[in-house]
Amino acid sequence: MSDGNEPAVTGEEVRRVADLARVDLSDEAVEQFAEQFEAVLADFETLDEVPEVEGEPDLVNVMRSDEIEEGLTQEEALSNATETEDGYFKGPRVS
Amino acid sequence: MADLNAYITKARIEGADDGPLAGKTVAVKDNISTEGVETTCGSRMLEGYVPPYDATVVERLKAAGATINGKANMDEFGMGTTTETSHFGATLNPVDTDRVPGGSSGGSAAAVAAGEADLALGSDTGGSVRAPAAFCGVVGIKPTYGLVSRYGLVAYANSLEQIGPIAPTVEEAAGLLDVISGSDDRDATTVEQGDGSNYAAAADSDVEGMTIGVPVELVEGADEGVVETFWDAIDELEAQGAEYVEVSMPSVEKAVAAYYVIAMSEASSNLARFDGTRYGLNAVEAGDFDDLSEAGNWNEAFATTREEGFGPEVKRRILLGTFALSAGYHDRYYGKAQDARAWIKQDFDESLEEADVLASPTMPVPPFGRGEGLEDPRTMYLADANTVPVNLADLPAISVPAGEADGLPVGMQLIGPKYGEETIIRAASALE
Repeated sequence: MSDGNEPAVTGEEVRRVADLARVDLSDEAVEQFAEQFEAVLADFETLDEVPEVEGEPDLVNVMRSDEIEEGLTQEEALSNATETEDGYFKGPRVS
Repeated sequence: MADLNAYITKARIEGADDGPLAGKTVAVKDNISTEGVETTCGSRMLEGYVPPYDATVVERLKAAGATINGKANMDEFGMGTTTETSHFGATLNPVDTDRVPGGSSGGSAAAVAAGEADLALGSDTGGSVRAPAAFCGVVGIKPTYGLVSRYGLVAYANSLEQIGPIAPTVEEAAGLLDVISGSDDRDATTVEQGDGSNYAAAADSDVEGMTIGVPVELVEGADEGVVETFWDAIDELEAQGAEYVEVSMPSVEKAVAAYYVIAMSEASSNLARFDGTRYGLNAVEAGDFDDLSEAGNWNEAFATTREEGFGPEVKRRILLGTFALSAGYHDRYYGKAQDARAWIKQDFDESLEEADVLASPTMPVPPFGRGEGLEDPRTMYLADANTVPVNLADLPAISVPAGEADGLPVGMQLIGPKYGEETIIRAASALE
């Protein structure tokens, strides 16, 4: 699928996307991903040749009445959190 | 036999005293929630995570009398075709332990093939039930989208994935599908077509008068030994009274690219929830800090957690998905992939007017040697060429052993129309 005319992907672009996705990356990972992404994005580019067809989305809304049901207890909901305080999840500071 | 590493967690969850699965052991893929039993998705991110509730399919297994004997190994978050990306080590193929069992539900298929479980559940986003069934020489079904509830399945790509059964025979796989299928208030995408089903009864081997279409595009590029075994199996179906026709589906050439754009985009959104706050690896542990105040602000803390918690294939897919959805690229990649999806659906609709079922090799290649697919991610992606079109079209498909090539199992994939589970089960049973 790849024809050699691959869009160049820079380390800077990989870092920008990793930043959006909140994933830290080592320098080696950035370099390796930049190289691999070029080949994968070249595959994605071939979608340019896809014709437009009439797709009828067979989606319907599924409605239900808004009734209170039993859910998880607060204790159950917190049971997998490493950091909690006074019955709440405790997260890192915002800024 | 060597330890196959088919399970991440061994357990014994007893079901009801009687029911259709009484006395049967079932391995459950480790991305399906089991109340009180660790569910890791094959990832360091969820190591130690214990769900406070059961997935709907697990409730149904228990009600049917099954004994769940453990959580099956898998590619991390379902992202792989070899079960080598698991944080808990690779699963070996019981047919040949130098080979991979396929993936991502490799632990489920290996457990069934080796007799470590009578039956298993996997999940199939782009072939993750069918590929390991083919590589391990067992039967796997990817149901029509909406037939089986996804409540309690840890999401990877919602618009593509379904939970499906793996078993030694077509009838047993169909019987397990009878147990898990059916509508569920907790998954609004489920349909009523699977309610009160009796798919097992369709495993009657009666293919007299059935038309089997072969999309030439799905056979052309395959390995020689695989192709030979495939045609022998088609001859076998013809000998039993089925008719064979060639069909053409030009759209499938774009299926792998469209699949990866859509799956990675959905993954980048679904996996955003893993930030270590409510569950999973916390920034304190990930960054080896003394307490949370040292982990920095929330962006820094989350990024630390996610660097340490996710393996390379998961990061690759999250990043590529984020890229495909980012400003300036959305129409070029995601929009085009949706066009391709509509085109593929149309091609299937047309082909299934000419034939009752469509047939292809499940995998274009025999099982990879261990380590072979990890070097270049594209090699792995391209091996999914025959399975991903089915997920893009929301259709049902089964992989059934078709024979061997060079002593290794070859699977035949049979694809049916929407809710055509009985037809593919009938056709597959004729090959046993």
